[in-house]
Amino acid sequence: MTNTDNEKIESPSDAEEEHEHPSDRKYIQIAIILGVITALEVATYFFEDMPGEILIPLLMVMMVIKFFYVAAWFMHLRFDSQVFTKFFVGGLVLATVVYVIALTMFEFWNKG
Amino acid sequence: MTENEHSVGTGLSNNKLLMWVFLGSECLLFGGLISTYLIYRSRFADGPAPGDIFDIPFTSVSSFVLLMSSLTMVLALSALQRGDYRNNRLWLLTTALLGALFIGGQVYEFTTFLREGLGYTTSPFSSAFFTLTGFHGVHVSIGIVMLMSLYVSSMRGNLRRESAETVEIVGLYWHFVDVVWIFIFTVIYLVPSPTS
Amino acid sequence: MTQTLEPEVGEMSKDQKHQPLGVYTRPKGGNGWRDWVTTVDHKKIGILYGAAALFFFLIGGIEALLIRLQLATPDGTVLGADMYNQMFTMHGVTMVFLVIMPLAAAFANYLLPLQIGARDVAFPRLNALSFWIFLAGGLFLNTAWIFGDAPDGGWFGYAPNTGIVFSPGNGMDFYAIGLQITGIASLISAMNLIVTVLNMRAPGMTLFKMPVFTWMILVVQFLLAFAVPVITVALFLLMFDRNFGSHFFNPEMGADPLLWQHLFWIFGHPEVYILILPSFGIISEVIPTFSRKPIFGYPFMVFSGIAIGFMGWGVWAHHMFVSGIGPISVAAFSLSTMFIAVPTGVKILNWMATMWGGKILFNTPMLFAAGVVSMFTIGGLSGVTHSVAPADTQQTDTYYIVAHFHYVIFGGALLGIFAGFYFWWPKVFGYLLGEKLGKLNFWLMIIGFNLTFGPMHILGLQGMSRRIHSYSPGFGFEFWNLVETVGSFIIGIGVLLFLINIYTSAKKAKGQPPVGPDPWDARSLEWITPNPTPVHNFDEVPVVEELDEFWHRKYGKDENGKVIRVASAEEVCQDGSATDVHLPSPSYWPLVLALGFPFIGYGLIYNLWFCVPGGIMILMSIYAWAFEPPDDPEEGHGEEQHENTLDGETEEVSVD
Repeated sequence: MTNTDNEKIESPSDAEEEHEHPSDRKYIQIAIILGVITALEVATYFFEDMPGEILIPLLMVMMVIKFFYVAAWFMHLRFDSQVFTKFFVGGLVLATVVYVIALTMFEFWNKG
Repeated sequence: MTENEHSVGTGLSNNKLLMWVFLGSECLLFGGLISTYLIYRSRFADGPAPGDIFDIPFTSVSSFVLLMSSLTMVLALSALQRGDYRNNRLWLLTTALLGALFIGGQVYEFTTFLREGLGYTTSPFSSAFFTLTGFHGVHVSIGIVMLMSLYVSSMRGNLRRESAETVEIVGLYWHFVDVVWIFIFTVIYLVPSPTS
Repeated sequence: MTQTLEPEVGEMSKDQKHQPLGVYTRPKGGNGWRDWVTTVDHKKIGILYGAAALFFFLIGGIEALLIRLQLATPDGTVLGADMYNQMFTMHGVTMVFLVIMPLAAAFANYLLPLQIGARDVAFPRLNALSFWIFLAGGLFLNTAWIFGDAPDGGWFGYAPNTGIVFSPGNGMDFYAIGLQITGIASLISAMNLIVTVLNMRAPGMTLFKMPVFTWMILVVQFLLAFAVPVITVALFLLMFDRNFGSHFFNPEMGADPLLWQHLFWIFGHPEVYILILPSFGIISEVIPTFSRKPIFGYPFMVFSGIAIGFMGWGVWAHHMFVSGIGPISVAAFSLSTMFIAVPTGVKILNWMATMWGGKILFNTPMLFAAGVVSMFTIGGLSGVTHSVAPADTQQTDTYYIVAHFHYVIFGGALLGIFAGFYFWWPKVFGYLLGEKLGKLNFWLMIIGFNLTFGPMHILGLQGMSRRIHSYSPGFGFEFWNLVETVGSFIIGIGVLLFLINIYTSAKKAKGQPPVGPDPWDARSLEWITPNPTPVHNFDEVPVVEELDEFWHRKYGKDENGKVIRVASAEEVCQDGSATDVHLPSPSYWPLVLALGFPFIGYGLIYNLWFCVPGGIMILMSIYAWAFEPPDDPEEGHGEEQHENTLDGETEEVSVD
């Protein structure tokens, strides 16, 4: 269902044929960023006094950034066809919405 | 080119499209397991609670290992695309080894938990925890088997530059498994868990 | 995983002319069973799906008749309580997972590539694999009867009732594992067909020139791809609870019994649309053809289908109004359920508008299609009464619910599939099914159906509970129950007439040349090929310019703007004589791989050692699959009796 507007998708042009992948150096840069964020994430563990209202959103933001970097660069979604992104994001969004509703019905957010 | 003017397909590789549809569908699978865990994480009966038993520093290291295996995976692909078979093999093997290291860490974690009194049948929490991380571990293991198959196939001279897409597709699977762990690591381990 | 992703090109061969029943002969592979078990041809796989599903349909039908015999009179003694539980559970599971879904898969497999102008699906071997896994799973599930006890916890298998404590036999293990296996089949075929639709369309066939049937099948494949993993989770948890002592559904340890219900219905409600949308697609082809008009509001038809697909994810908890989910949840899901009636209503209005003012021909397919529109409307309306939570509280677990879902699934899905049988039979087998028997078949089924399920509305509102093996005299249930049993046997005779019709029509067609092209004056691309479809589908892949391309090649407008016939079917249709078409090679591995699953299933139930041969078979097949040459340069293709020509249109099959 992510593909209703597929008609827009053009056949591959010659340019797309050899879509350039980033250099190894770029990949390593991304990995360093990922490593640093992971270090920051782990660091929160040692700040035991941090209130949950700050900690949890902070962790979520860092998680999303990591997720985004791996999907966009390592999985090439940045350079590849939008169709792939639509399938993946379609599944991701559907899963998130459905399960968040289900968790809400279990009163997960207020009871944990 | 004239053919293409009529062409209405996506022009994308069938195999890659199949893998992405599969990964989209896997989101629902892991979503279900993660939700189950979240519902049950405070239901630890008389057994150990997640907050008491998780070893964050240890898991951080193994998470880092898995994260870096994504880097080596993408380097393997990039080497193959350049036609650099030697480095391709090197990175494929490194990726598989890092994956194996992660699995080793998981085995160690599981046995430690077991010793501390958290068995598979101890509580809804323990069942959900082992099932979720176990499913993820099985996914990693399947990935290792695929990587080793690629490695052997490269040793026998069958993995050429033209078949870089096969490596790319295995890579997609591998990165997905990594991305799932990024989620699990934050939501299951780092977000403070209930203690007894 | 990637091993299964190798591009598949190859070739196969065929001379199928003048062979009414055996559409396919592959001289190289022999005429017999070997050809069928190794086939990767989407048409043969479609026929296999259809045949297997009809077989399970007979089993499920016999189960239904036994249920009705038990309930014909008060205090029935035909089946005991325990046997009754197994019977209604297996009836539900069989009809949902082993009949309606594979019948839809049969039509999808056979027709979808033809409707989009493709020579095969994107992954022919995976296609064969999904069929064999489905068959393995279906047979595995039914062997539960032989091994003592069949599943007895209802098709929805509510845990903890289906846990080891309350269902100590092996029945629910067969349920959990069997559905797991058929789920793998559905998932593989869903991914395959999605890629097929996106990548394999003929030149010019944009998404909005695809027939409505193809559209509905596409929506269904997305629903499957996203819904199957959810029930997979649920079934795994149940299996672990039963076999390995985990506590997902054990309230004593603090587990929540609602977990199963949520997971099951998050899958289960999309599943309802998985069952009905293919039938909507079929009648969207049949009604325009026999009304001699294009489908009314094509974009609305497509978008309402997509909307149903989306909204189907947001209504699952209406199955749980009495499960104690809280007033806010009840109110929210009550509303969303009312809204989902809107796109469905759009479809019904569009079908009626298509018929309105048309020169309607009441051939058998059209009768069945009209049956769907009317019967499904009744079922849809009783569905809306469920969305009103206070009313639903009264209706839950009564025969009113049973009436509702039979009106949508029998009256909607199954009648639509019968419309498809009569409509496409000449396309598949080269001869028409008899009209006289066909009409009798329709009237018996529709009368029997209404006699069986109509009174259930009354009984349900009178308070008769479902899933109870007997009822006492004196509640006023006797009369209608007897009527229902009589009705169910009328349905049985109707189905029997269908089988007799196949037999007599095949016999009559024997030795006759196949039916000419375009027997119904149809509209979509599959009819451009001769009947029965040659193994290579299209002699030449058509270039598509219009929605209803085939019709537009036959009809044009004169200077006054009046529609006139510009070409005869013979002029438009291809004659199937092409010989230089590459087709995928057959393969053993889909079958071998699929056979591994039942071993693992029995292993999990009886002795883990059985899993070993199963695992080895699967692993071995995956590697064999990967290393099997994708193309066999020695193999001939085209028509065997003719000269072996090579090459030509390889690109048509191997995308990219």
